[in-house]
Formats: sequence, C-alpha cells, structure tokens
Amino acid sequence: MQKRGKLSKFKEKAIEWFFFGNGILAIIILIGIFTLLLKEGLPTFQEVSIKEFLTSTDWNPTSYSNRSYGIVSLVYSTLLVTVGSLIFAVPLGIACAAYLAEVAHPRMREILKPTVEILAGIPSVVIGFLGIVLVGPMIAKVFNLSNGLNAINGSILLGVMALPTIISISEDAISAVPEEYKQASLALGTNEWHTLITVTLPAALSGIIAAVMLGMGRAIGETMAVLMATGNAPAFPESIFDSVRTMTATIAVELGEVPYNTTHYYSLFAIGLVLFLMTFVVNLISDLVLHKYGEGE
Amino acid sequence: MTNSTHKIIVEDLDFYYDDFQALEKVSLKAPANQVTALIGPSGCGKSTFLRTLNRMNDLIEGTQVEGKVLIDNEDIYQDDLDVVSLRKRVGMVFQDPNPFPKSIYDNVAYGPKAHGIKDKDKLDDIVEKSLKRAALWDEVHDRLDKSAIGISGGQQQRLCIARALAVNPDVILMDEPTSALDPVATAKIEELVEELKENYTIIIVTHSMQQAARISDYTAFFLTGEIVEAGPTEKIFERPEDQRTEDYITGRFG
Amino acid sequence: MESSNLKQKIGFNILRLSMLVILLILGVILYDIISKGIGVINWQFITAAPKNGMTEGGIWPAIVGTFYVTVITAVVAVPLGVFAAIYLNEYARQGKITRLIRMAIRNLAGVPSIVYGLFGLALFVNVLGFGTSILSAGLTLGLMTLPVTITASEEALKAVPNSYRHGSLALGVSKWHSIRTNVLPYAIPGILTGTILGLARAAGETAPILFTGAAFFLPFLPQSLSSQFMALPYHLYIMSTQHHDIAKVRPLAYGTALVLIVLVLSMNLIAILLRSWLRKKNK
Ligand SMILES: Nc1ncnc2c1ncn2[C@@H]1O[C@H](COP(=O)(O)OP(=O)(O)OP(=O)(O)O)[C@@H](O)[C@H]1O
Ligand SMILES: [Mg+2]
Repeated sequence: MQKRGKLSKFKEKAIEWFFFGNGILAIIILIGIFTLLLKEGLPTFQEVSIKEFLTSTDWNPTSYSNRSYGIVSLVYSTLLVTVGSLIFAVPLGIACAAYLAEVAHPRMREILKPTVEILAGIPSVVIGFLGIVLVGPMIAKVFNLSNGLNAINGSILLGVMALPTIISISEDAISAVPEEYKQASLALGTNEWHTLITVTLPAALSGIIAAVMLGMGRAIGETMAVLMATGNAPAFPESIFDSVRTMTATIAVELGEVPYNTTHYYSLFAIGLVLFLMTFVVNLISDLVLHKYGEGE
Repeated sequence: MTNSTHKIIVEDLDFYYDDFQALEKVSLKAPANQVTALIGPSGCGKSTFLRTLNRMNDLIEGTQVEGKVLIDNEDIYQDDLDVVSLRKRVGMVFQDPNPFPKSIYDNVAYGPKAHGIKDKDKLDDIVEKSLKRAALWDEVHDRLDKSAIGISGGQQQRLCIARALAVNPDVILMDEPTSALDPVATAKIEELVEELKENYTIIIVTHSMQQAARISDYTAFFLTGEIVEAGPTEKIFERPEDQRTEDYITGRFG
Repeated sequence: MESSNLKQKIGFNILRLSMLVILLILGVILYDIISKGIGVINWQFITAAPKNGMTEGGIWPAIVGTFYVTVITAVVAVPLGVFAAIYLNEYARQGKITRLIRMAIRNLAGVPSIVYGLFGLALFVNVLGFGTSILSAGLTLGLMTLPVTITASEEALKAVPNSYRHGSLALGVSKWHSIRTNVLPYAIPGILTGTILGLARAAGETAPILFTGAAFFLPFLPQSLSSQFMALPYHLYIMSTQHHDIAKVRPLAYGTALVLIVLVLSMNLIAILLRSWLRKKNK
C-alpha cells in the first residue's frame, strides 16, 4: 500500500498537540489569575493580620497614625448594592423573559430580543455616567438629599446592567420547557396564565436560578457604574441613602495612586482575590445548576 | 476462487459501539472488479460493516474492532497503518448526497488538490475524466463553476461518485446511494455501477432486493450483526440455503 | 372561570408592562445621550485633540487609542479563540479534561473586569515588563475577550454539517486539511458575528485598562506598542468624575458618551444583522 511519509503523520500529531495547547489555555489562564492574585495579595498579611482584614470595618490604608485594612464595610457595600439591584432586576427580568417566551408574537420576539441585547451592549462607563447626570439628580430630588450618589443609585444601575443577562438566560430556560408539559396542563382546562405560573416557570426553575446567579455575578464584579455613581465614601453604610464604596470601586480608586509593592498595593490585590473567589463561587453554583444534566454535552 | 482475486477479505470481525456489539464474527470475501451487495433488515449492521472497510468508524468515539480486514492482503487495522492513505484507496459514497458547498468543479478537484496536484491542466483533466466516468459530464460540462448545491439530487449523487473517483481509488463503498433518489435517477446510478466495476471493486449496501439482484454479482445477507449467508447473487436469490435468507428475500419479514 | 380569566388578563398585562419598562429604560438612556450629545458633535470634536486642560477641543486621540487597543485585543482573542474552539469541537474527546476546559471557559467569562485589570497589571505590566502601555492593555482586554471568541467560534464550528467533514475524510484527506479547507471556511461568518460582539464589549471596557495603559491626557497619538494611550471609555470616566471643572466639560462628556455608544452599538448592530442574515441563509 502506498504510504505517506512518516513526516505527514508526525505533522498531524503535532497539529493536534498545538490545538490541545490552545484548548487548555482557558484552564491555564484561570489558574494564572488565581496564582498571581495570591502572589500579589498574600504579602498583605506580613503586616496585616488575616483576622483584621476579614473582620474589621475600618478601611483606611493611607492614614499616617492609624492605618487599617478591614474589608468588612467594602464587602457589605458590595452585597448591599448587589442585593438592592436584584430586588427589582429579578422580578422584572423574569417577567420579561416570560413575556418573550410565552406571550410575545414570534415576530415581536424577533425584534425585542436584539433590543435587549442592545441594552447589554451599552458600556458600563456610560451607565455610570448616566448615574451621575440622570439617576443621581432624580434620587436627590425625590428623597430630598444633597446629592444622589449613593447605594440606591448604584443598585439601580447594577440592576439595569444585570437585566439583559437575567432576561436572556431565563428566556432560554422557559423556552426549553417541553411543549408536552404545557399541553398536559392546558388539556386539564387551566388557562395559559395558570399553566405559566404552576407548570412552565417551576419547570424552568433551575435555568432561572442560574440566570439570577449569573446576573448576581455580574453585579458583584461590576466596577465603573458603582465607582462613578455611589459616592465612594469608605465608611460603613447606615442606610441605602448613604454613599458606599464597593470592593471593585476601592481597587479602581486606590490602585492608580499607590506605590507598587507596598502593603497598601498588596492589600488591593487581596481584595481582588476575595472578589475573584466570590464571583467564582457564584458562577460555579450557576454552572452546576445549569449543567446538572449536561454531563455528556 | 483463489485469494488473489479477492480484493477484500474479512475474517471474524467483531465490532462494538461502547458495550453494544454491532457485528459478530463477520467473515466475507469480496471478489475484485465485481459488485458485492450487502442486504438485510434495518439495524442489522450493514452500514457499520461498510464503515469498517475504510475505517470511518474510527471517527465515532468509544468504538472497538476485533478481527481482521485484509485489502490486497494487507491488514488495514495493523498498528502503523496510515488511515489517510487507506481512505484514498477505498472511496465512499454516502446515503444522502453530500456535495460540498463549492462549485461543481471544486467538488471534484477537492481531493486531488488536497493530495498535492496543483497543475491546472492536470486538474482539468481529472475533473473531466471523473465526471465522464460518473456519467455526469454531459449534463454539467457547461456549468462547472456553478454551485453543486443547485443541481438535482441524482446529479448530486453522481457528483459525489465523481468526487470519489477523482482521487483514483480501487474500491468504492456505497451506502444505499439511491435511497434518496427518484426511479429515473436510481436507474442512472445502477447503470453507472455496472460500468464502474470494470475498473473498481464495489461494495454496495441496499434496501432493495431488486436492486441487489439487478446489479450485484455477489450478495451477503446480514441479520442482527451476523452474516447469515453469502454467495453469488443468483444462488442467494434462487437457491438460498438458510431458511431466514429465503424468508427475507421473499419478503416474509423485515 | 370568570375570575381566572381576569387573572390571566392582569397577569399578561403585567408581563407586557415589564417589557415596556425595559424598552423605556433603553429609550431613556439613548434619548438622554443622543439629545444632549449631538450638539457638541462636529468635525472638530471628532478630529482634534483636547485643548486648554481638556475644556475644549475634541477626542481624536481617544478614538484612535480605542481603535488601536481593540485591534490588539482582536489579534490576541481571535486566533487563540478560534484555535481553542477547533480543539474543543474537532479534536477533543469527551472526558474529564474537556469538561474541565469548558468549565474554565464559563468561569473566565464571569471573572470581573477589574480582576482582569489586576491580572494584566501583575502579569503584563510588571512580570513581563511591558509597562503601562497599549500592549499591556490590549493583551489584558484580549484575555478578557477570549471566552467570548472561544464560545462563538465553537458554536460556529458546530453549525457546520458533519457531512462536510466525513465527505472530505473519506477522500483520504488528512484531518487538519479537511478542517482548514472544508470546515473552517463555512464557520467564518459565525465566528465573525461572535467576535464582533466580544470586541464591542472590549472597546467599551474601562476597568481592565485603568492600570495597564490608559492615560489621562496625551496630546499625541500612541507611537508604538509601548506608548500609553487615551481611550474613549476612560476619557468619559475622567471627564465626568476627575476633571477639575466638571460642570464646564459636561457637554464634552456627553459628546464622548455619544461617540462611544455609536461605536459600540454599531458594532453590535453589525453582528446582530450578520447573525440574522446567517440564520436565514441556513434555513
Ligand atoms: N454511532 C452509533 N452508536 C451506537 N450505536 C450505533 C451507532 N450507529 C449504529 N448503531 C447501532 O448499531 C446497529 C447497526 O447499525 P447500522 O447503522 O450499521 O445498521 P444498518 O444495517 O445500516 O441499518 P439501516 O438499514 O437502517 O441503515 C444498530 O443497532 C444501531 O442502532
Ligand atoms: Mg445503514
């Protein structure tokens, strides 16, 4: 039998290895991010105790007399604006998803879905800008405050930014509910609304939970909108009308000004590490929920 | 018949999809320059068997082969065999015509080009010869640069045959090549198969008993992964030895 | 029965209303920026550099900077993304490693952009010594965009019928040659669609470039890969929060925002149109 040279077989193998190398790049990058955050973040704890870092509410690394590196108020602020955003974005997002999947005329859906994508396409810095020029003054006026750069402003912006994620993934989940389920319910004489509430949405629940988790991951990790619109006071917020400073905003504000390789510099990486782990867990949960049955994808 | 006139010799072939055994102890000798038909009810393993002959089954994950397949007395499952060269020699025509979304010319020239032929005159020559052998030249010679997707199903299937011929194989495997075609197109392909056997060894899977009887010299009857009976087509159809073969041929089951 | 029909009517209307709220939000965003930004847009605003402590002049260096950094992003994210997708869709066998890769990709997509900024600072600026430069920023954005290009390319490859692969392999064509000549070409429009979406997002990102190369103000265009650069999103951030006379430069900020969303949304629109054209073609 006529044979190709050994060379061409070797070439094929080499090509396969080349692509394999590219394939595992994602794993390498993920590990790389984690490792570098560790490397740059851990030196913080030569000067600061882990206990202080994780339990103190004082974040004041630039004080001359009494430096402190507690991230509690930063984490709390992040969670406060995130929860605030989800409170309105989740019901609104699911309702939109249900509308798109179950109520809207197909032709209407074809127009509306890209429109939602357009919302997702607006850069976060533009959303943050609108927080300053539009949402802030509105909040100040409605609640009679001196300015509207506070937690609630951040929540509104984050909610707007999380909406497209929540809508599109929930919509996929709702559309994926088998037609037979709905038919079975409708055949029992219940109407479409009842079917939606009692059959379709519960059947799509895991997908909807994943959508909410992903939206939440986005909100926790979002930087520019909260940086620009929440006022950035590093104190522990007393109410949703207080100015807050999230973990992301702290990194963004301070990293540009600190000298490299100081404890302050390291501590910002340590915050990054905590942030990375938080979003990692949130994403992992949504991943597990979403791909529970997807073992053999 | 002696070994030398047998192009393909299969001995005790077992085939598994994961745990499922699709072929069991299959043995078959296919004579050179003849048409061998594989018949049998749906799901009995005809396509699986056909794909073991050019190792297309390698593309399916979790499959496993045991036994021997000799082509020109060479074991095609030996360790250092080059599958790519094997497939160059053992061409295949699929059940559904699968022209590439390229021009008619580029479809036929695709294989030769991939195998390193760059000379335009040479390629023109191969394309013309292959299309003529596939009895398609007269219908398409004036629109070789048109997309292959635009021609009829029967023409597409003949184009796929031309595409296979262009790389100069000596065996051609066909998996129900006419099942997606109308009677006129089918007749053309059958005629073509008869002509091709002069230069090629042909193995064809078919669902149609009449087709097998019309075009094949040799027939193997498959049932649940085994060959029940194989022999000259005339004998299989007129004097089957096994009751199950007779039942199948007379349409009493399947 | 009557009451349940009433419930349905109310329920569906609530859903419709929710959709309207989304449209309203989008409408307000676009209206505010367009109506207040359009006034400052003129030839000079587009083609001049900022002047007088950025209280006058235009945004040309920021436009060019964003263009350059997006090109670097594409140079990183597109080939690596396509290669990884080729591995996943054409070569990988189902198994632990493949599952792990997919999980890593989904997780990378969820890593906050500021964390990419930290990573870029540590790796490209410091460890590899590229300094704060357009190269470091582009590489950082490239890694951030990688999960998008991988996912998009994989979907595009998946959409290519197996019969093309098998048809080619059955002719004794090698696997790589089959992929290169008979699979990849048909995936390109799909790859392009996803890639444009990913690049649009990268072009509008601020957090990853904050510490890796974006500059407050540069009177000239980036000269080499190691130059710092102005970028539209960063410029908008500066003009709306860091400038010494914020009230005075507010119109310029609006103009910048308008240019930025026109740029990003037109990239989105191109991708969306390309995709719907593709879907029609494939039907
Ligand atoms: N990729 C696969 N994975 C697992 N099992 C398979 C696969 N392909 C075929 N089989 C099984 O192997 C057996 C033989 O299938 P095969 O396609 O070879 O039959 P066939 O004789 O060609 O049938 P038909 O006449 O319907 O084409 C069947 O039981 C089928 O279900
Ligand atoms: Mg078959």
